Amino acid sequence: MSGVVETQELTMRFGGVTAVDAVNFSLRERELRCLIGPNGAGKSTFFKCITGQYALRPENGRVFIRGADVTEWNTHDIVRLGAGIKTQVPSVMNGLTVEENLWLSARRVHGWAGAGGAVEEITAELQLGEQLRRLVGELSHGERQMVEIGIVLVQRPWLVLLDEPAAGMTGNEVERLVDVIRHINQTASVIVVDHDMEFVRMLGSRVTVFHQGAILTEGPATSVLNDPVVREVYVGNRAA
Amino acid sequence: MDYAGVVTLEILYMIAFLALTSAGLAIVFGMMRVINLAHGEFVMLGGYTTIACYNNGINIYFAMLLVAPVVVGLVGLIVERSIIRFLYGRMIDTMLATWGLSLLLIGLVTLIFGNTAVSVPAPITGYQLGEYQMGGYNLFIILVTVALLIAMWAALRFTRAGLIARGAMQGADVVASLGYDPRKVYMYTFSAGAALSGLAGGVLAPLTGLLPSSGGAYIAKAFITVITGGAAVISGTLSSAVILGTVNQLVSFAAHPVIGEIAMLVLAIILLRLMPTGITGRFFRDGT
Amino acid sequence: MRSWPSVGQIRWGWFLLATAILLLLPLVTDTHTPTVLLIWALFALSLGMMWGYAGLLSFGHAAYFGLGAYAYAVAVINIGESTVPLILSMLVPAAVAAVVGAMMFYGRISDVYMGVITLLVTLILFKFMSATAGDAYVIGDARLGGFNGMPGFHTLNVPGYPEISLFGLPTYYVCAAVLLICYLICRWILARSFGRVLVGIRENEARCELMGYNVPAFKTAIFTVCAAMAGLAGCLFANWAEIVTPRVFSLGQAAEVLIWVIAGGLGTLIGPILGAIALGYVKLLLGEQTVIDNSLVLGAVLIIVVLGIPRGVVPALQSVWAAAERRARGRTGSGQGARRTLGASNRERT
Repeated sequence: MSGVVETQELTMRFGGVTAVDAVNFSLRERELRCLIGPNGAGKSTFFKCITGQYALRPENGRVFIRGADVTEWNTHDIVRLGAGIKTQVPSVMNGLTVEENLWLSARRVHGWAGAGGAVEEITAELQLGEQLRRLVGELSHGERQMVEIGIVLVQRPWLVLLDEPAAGMTGNEVERLVDVIRHINQTASVIVVDHDMEFVRMLGSRVTVFHQGAILTEGPATSVLNDPVVREVYVGNRAA
Repeated sequence: MDYAGVVTLEILYMIAFLALTSAGLAIVFGMMRVINLAHGEFVMLGGYTTIACYNNGINIYFAMLLVAPVVVGLVGLIVERSIIRFLYGRMIDTMLATWGLSLLLIGLVTLIFGNTAVSVPAPITGYQLGEYQMGGYNLFIILVTVALLIAMWAALRFTRAGLIARGAMQGADVVASLGYDPRKVYMYTFSAGAALSGLAGGVLAPLTGLLPSSGGAYIAKAFITVITGGAAVISGTLSSAVILGTVNQLVSFAAHPVIGEIAMLVLAIILLRLMPTGITGRFFRDGT
Repeated sequence: MRSWPSVGQIRWGWFLLATAILLLLPLVTDTHTPTVLLIWALFALSLGMMWGYAGLLSFGHAAYFGLGAYAYAVAVINIGESTVPLILSMLVPAAVAAVVGAMMFYGRISDVYMGVITLLVTLILFKFMSATAGDAYVIGDARLGGFNGMPGFHTLNVPGYPEISLFGLPTYYVCAAVLLICYLICRWILARSFGRVLVGIRENEARCELMGYNVPAFKTAIFTVCAAMAGLAGCLFANWAEIVTPRVFSLGQAAEVLIWVIAGGLGTLIGPILGAIALGYVKLLLGEQTVIDNSLVLGAVLIIVVLGIPRGVVPALQSVWAAAERRARGRTGSGQGARRTLGASNRERT
């Protein structure tokens, strides 16, 4: 149990479909890992399993975060451990301003006194200064994604879990995101789930490929992304 | 033995009562996801229509089985066009607006008919079951309910309108892709639901004195039956009517009618807590 | 905190004006009617706080109003002095709310179902209390009295001096003071982190969860607090009416308070208060004649408000005011008027 995230025989079934099939996964401290795979490969389901978004039971396997058995925990308890989670579907408070969103998140960890400072820091890091007073609902999709990442990071988590963070972002925003993720990786372990091959290539980390609920292969980005087996899985899926 | 017969009949009657008074609400809810809190007043209007017809010499069966549904169906049409259609998708707003409508209707009926109870005699007299005197009209109600449920099932299964309706239960886009205007479908559905409520009110009119506030007695139970039953119009309503009705009557016989009612309400809370999407499950596929 | 909207800020000017008006009102008019209006305002405030700021819509808030009234009556008949009954009138509803709330919120019951369950609770209480006629239904020395209710109990007295009990003018001042204090308490809650998290929960519950907040706990807490406030209003109501009947639990009462809140303005504190005072007054006026039925008016108001002014009268007026202000100063700001009512998505989440 030396990893920061570890799963043992993690399994998830919906009706007759096995979405995640006895997956044994492990992530080391301060590692950055990308999870990729075609649609329906199970990577998002896997993500939801390790972030407490499903009510897991003993027969689903085990999930460990820094040695603690979090299999049956719900999301807010996992977050309180020190994890930061960004879900696939954007989840921000559209009726509040960027600043209010960030403040609420910061307040939980830094308290009333420290929240303001933490918000200022993250605003500078993510270059959100111009949008601070605007209602989140009025921002573009990519800007909202960035705000959500801000909400996650302002708590200074030591484990960061991002599900499709680059979706809807412009080229510039994606570059900024890559810098941000590399920067966080200096102090936190990071898991990124995404479809965008370019984005994964830019991150240049170790990559885990999911296929039909199981881990197909794992390795450095350059070799995995050029692996003919991996390519066939993607092409094959598209053709089928 | 006779006592068992009485209890059984009373349970059947309660189930029929719940199913009959919930049918209209179930259709509207199951197909349009609209919770019409004025449903009780539609039932009440059916009752008043029947009584008004009877007092003007119209045959009572004709009044309750034909005139009442038509009249209340028309009222439903007007309501849909003027209020409901602006609020689709806004579940809470619909509940609030229809709550307002229910108050409005109570006020109107009070204005027109006054606040004293009106009634009509039951067309079927009682009979003897062993040493117990039974109300014969209750049997009639059970029969009407059974006939109604069968008719609804048949209509949904075998007619074109039923197919459209079942499509509507899946969503407005399904209806549109079938080539029908969802707004028209909703308009007819709501009117049909209102008509069924009117039918229930007409059939139940001979039971007790009718007041403008009588609707309140129906809405609570119908509401609970429909929500507990879930989205499936017939099987949902029927299954929850069976469970709730049986518990209600058994506890009533064992203890006290009021306790029976309370037991039914408590059971509903428990069922909802355990099965938040109702017995037949899967309500708000897209609800937040 | 630099720019958090003004929900937590008290506009002292208006507050002092309101206090002055309440103080001086008895000089111009009899206080019997204003007293009940203030009580209803408190009741509406308790629902408005929960609904407008935390997004919790209870269809049966009357349950806690009624529990407060009955708890006071039963306790004061048994004890004879009113201090403990007053406290009980807040604790009993709070306890029930804590249980009901925990059951709902930890079970992740959402919008519509919360409406159903809360409706059921008040229905159960109404049916139960209506059937308690007869000598068998007593709590200590207090006969519950069924549909006719419980008349003839001690009204509130100065703590420790049971002989000095209130009615008339002193009752009015007590109600006014309670309303003002509760208003201040609500504002205080909203200015704290607790209040801001509530708003966050209203805006996006899942996101609050993801920030690590224990959402069910927050919801249960505010539900309990607002139930206690409603209970206090119920206790005052019992004192004003000098009788407690099951009508306090009725669907009618539940509907009325809801209409007051939504017509007055969801998402503000002053809206529900004004809505209750205005519509309550209308109801009393209508009660004196028989031509137009109160239900008719209330029903029409509710329909019109839902269709036409979905956020209620006060927010609509505030938008008009804010727009006029902007025009007057020639600004084309981003909408951060001085009186932002926090959050565009007040009521509807579907």
